[in-house]
Amino acid sequence: MTMARVAASQRSLLGHSYNLVGVVASLVILAWTLIAIFAPTIIPHSIGDIVDDDYFGPMRQGLWLGSDYLGRDMLSRVLMGARYTVGISLASVCIACFSGVVLGMIAAVTGGWLDTCLSRFLDAMNSIPSKLFGLVVVAAVGSSIPALILTLAVIYIPGAYRFARALAVNINTMDFMTVARVRGESTAYLIGSEILPNIMRPVLADFGLRFVFIVLLLSGLSFLGLGLQPPLADWGALVRENIGGLPFAAPAVIVPSLAIASLTISVNLLIDNLPQKIRDRDA
Amino acid sequence: MTNLVEVRNLRIEATTDAGRVVEIIKGVSLDIADGEIVALIGESGSGKTTIALSLMGYARPGCRITGGEINVNGKNMAALAEKQRAKLRGTDIAYVPQSAAASFNPSSTIMEQVIEVTRIHGLMPPEQARKRAVELFRALSLPDPEGIGARYPHQVSGGQLQRLSAAMALIGNPKLMIFDEPTTALDVTTQIDVLKAFKSVMRAGGIAGVYVSHDLAVVAQIADRIVVLKGGEMQEAGTTAQILSAAQHPYTRELLAAFEPKPRQADADADAGTKPLLRIDNVTAGYGSLRADGLPLVRAVNSVSLVVEKGRNLGVIGESGCGKSTLARVIAGIHPAAAGDIVFDGRQLERAAGKRSQDQLREMQIVFQYADTALNPAKPVEDIISRPLAFYHQLDRQARSKRVDELLDMVRLPRTLRYRRPSELSGGQKQRVNFARALAAGPKLIICDEITSALDTVVAAAVIELLKELQRELGLSYIFISHDLSVVEAICDEIMVMYNGERVEQITPDRLKAPIHPYSKLLFSSVPKLDPTWLDGLVRDPELVSQYGHR
Repeated sequence: MTMARVAASQRSLLGHSYNLVGVVASLVILAWTLIAIFAPTIIPHSIGDIVDDDYFGPMRQGLWLGSDYLGRDMLSRVLMGARYTVGISLASVCIACFSGVVLGMIAAVTGGWLDTCLSRFLDAMNSIPSKLFGLVVVAAVGSSIPALILTLAVIYIPGAYRFARALAVNINTMDFMTVARVRGESTAYLIGSEILPNIMRPVLADFGLRFVFIVLLLSGLSFLGLGLQPPLADWGALVRENIGGLPFAAPAVIVPSLAIASLTISVNLLIDNLPQKIRDRDA
Repeated sequence: MTNLVEVRNLRIEATTDAGRVVEIIKGVSLDIADGEIVALIGESGSGKTTIALSLMGYARPGCRITGGEINVNGKNMAALAEKQRAKLRGTDIAYVPQSAAASFNPSSTIMEQVIEVTRIHGLMPPEQARKRAVELFRALSLPDPEGIGARYPHQVSGGQLQRLSAAMALIGNPKLMIFDEPTTALDVTTQIDVLKAFKSVMRAGGIAGVYVSHDLAVVAQIADRIVVLKGGEMQEAGTTAQILSAAQHPYTRELLAAFEPKPRQADADADAGTKPLLRIDNVTAGYGSLRADGLPLVRAVNSVSLVVEKGRNLGVIGESGCGKSTLARVIAGIHPAAAGDIVFDGRQLERAAGKRSQDQLREMQIVFQYADTALNPAKPVEDIISRPLAFYHQLDRQARSKRVDELLDMVRLPRTLRYRRPSELSGGQKQRVNFARALAAGPKLIICDEITSALDTVVAAAVIELLKELQRELGLSYIFISHDLSVVEAICDEIMVMYNGERVEQITPDRLKAPIHPYSKLLFSSVPKLDPTWLDGLVRDPELVSQYGHR
């Protein structure tokens, strides 16, 4: 009676079904992650070395992605930039989502004044424009990598909180929550074991989205000169320092932009095409 | 072509997310003559709704009509293009859904939605459509036929909304109406009005109908012929009288048997009933802000007292909104009482569950109506059942696993089910898991809040039998809350009738024939009987109906 019919774009492995877009996107992300980890060993030139006689040099042998506004090797700078862009963004998105989601679930489960205070406080935080907030913090404590990570995390906590709280409030009204409460379960069990598994997928999607926002905000801050300081440069900073190459169609300005685009789009595509667990009644 | 509907060898398939193809309807053929009402009955999953929907040429997402013919009024719905089908829907064929409340758009008026069909199909000018709608409201005996159209869906009752959705279906003058369990969600007292209204308009207009239901007694009142389905195949078909009096198929007999009064076990342990397990005195609870006297603004439960004796069962019965579920939540401490005492097993209980001791919580378990929402969809059955074992009894992993097997045996579920998620179980299986979780705690009292009302007749009967058996084995007591008299009658030693937050009567099942309170009289007389002439012959005291019926 049963006949396996597998659609062309769906593949299955280990009880999950994948689709092609998701696989490609995750390969791109994996590639950037590996580059971020191994950048220091694979770059052909040191990022500070001036290796070209000309500035905004074209792509050619030896300088595969051309040179930047000082004649430095663009390939090396983009590869090292991956380190900062991926590393800083990942660290901040982890902090932001972890705190936001945990606080959101606690607020939803506890309710009452705790919920009200947390919500109002984080709403107030949310109302501060993110770039302005970054500007103020950098002006106050200066620009360092830990300060950047924390600032970006703080900016995105309220959003993660709101998102998780909205999801958790819906789960909280279900009868199984009442059953668990009447059983006498603690808040930690309620949020970790009853709510979290039910909101995991949207939270992961939100995680990916927020990662993209942070990459873009970090690039924006760096573009304004508030992010990493020279000679270190993340992708946003690379775009900014080479913006003068735009009239010459220099690869130095296009390549880091493409790098930002490829990472953010891949993350978006991946979260839209996460592998689907196959659950079959009779399987 | 002699019949209005001729379905020949219909096949419908669905594809699972693993790519497996499942046949849902396996070659069903049926005929419906002009003006005839045919009932499709069967348990959930038998394909009755799928067949009904296929008459409109519609298959739910993931399903495909793969074979056979569906001739409605001379047109093969299976072969028509979607655009042509859309033309026939609402004009030739109309559909009345199960939950009218979910099918109305809450943000526009009822009249707007009732005449929408005429606008879509350009059948008549809006003025004429409104007039026709008012006529239909009158024919369906809705109150205030002139004014009800101006209201919004939340401003009318469930029974009225169900009749309004019938008006919506009737306005295009269909030749065939499809009713998809239209009264399942209604109280018995309301169900009667809705059934009477349906029957009279169908008869007056000579409209043919398909009535999907799992309630044989309801079907007996309205259908000319009955088709019994199981597993996507037709089991038996015949006139209503034939099916009711001389059923051939075992499944049909099972359905009929579920209606026969069960012989009650004579009090196995007569002395068990002497010791009160739970006593509540003058408990009042409600919603809204507290007033000066410390009582809430809206009182859902008003000074109710009851006693449950050890090893005995108490039934609580009443229509929706009478406070019976609130009473359950008050006893369990989910909704703390505003006044009154709860004494359990000789000790005074705190009103809020949060303040009760772990043992007190363990000994009183509550099982909810909707197993769908009472079981965490993200967890496998084994985790769900073993949590109380770890929480209350501190069993280690191995002991838990062994106990889960025992509990699954107890509720008659195969052990392999432990790896499934709730969404992969049937309604009856889910309710058993729900019950197994309560048993895992090792309780003395289980509060069952409408646990069978989401199940179909045969499954519900099986669950009730299971509860009785477990009671004999484990010496449990139940508080059984339901709006279904036959269920309560089957299992309870005492029955308490609630109306409007108050206890109006308490009687024993053997005296059910002679209730004293007028509301009990109305309620008990409204339970449909298998006799096809019951509805037509039913005479209700108009004074009672106007006093207690919500029309």
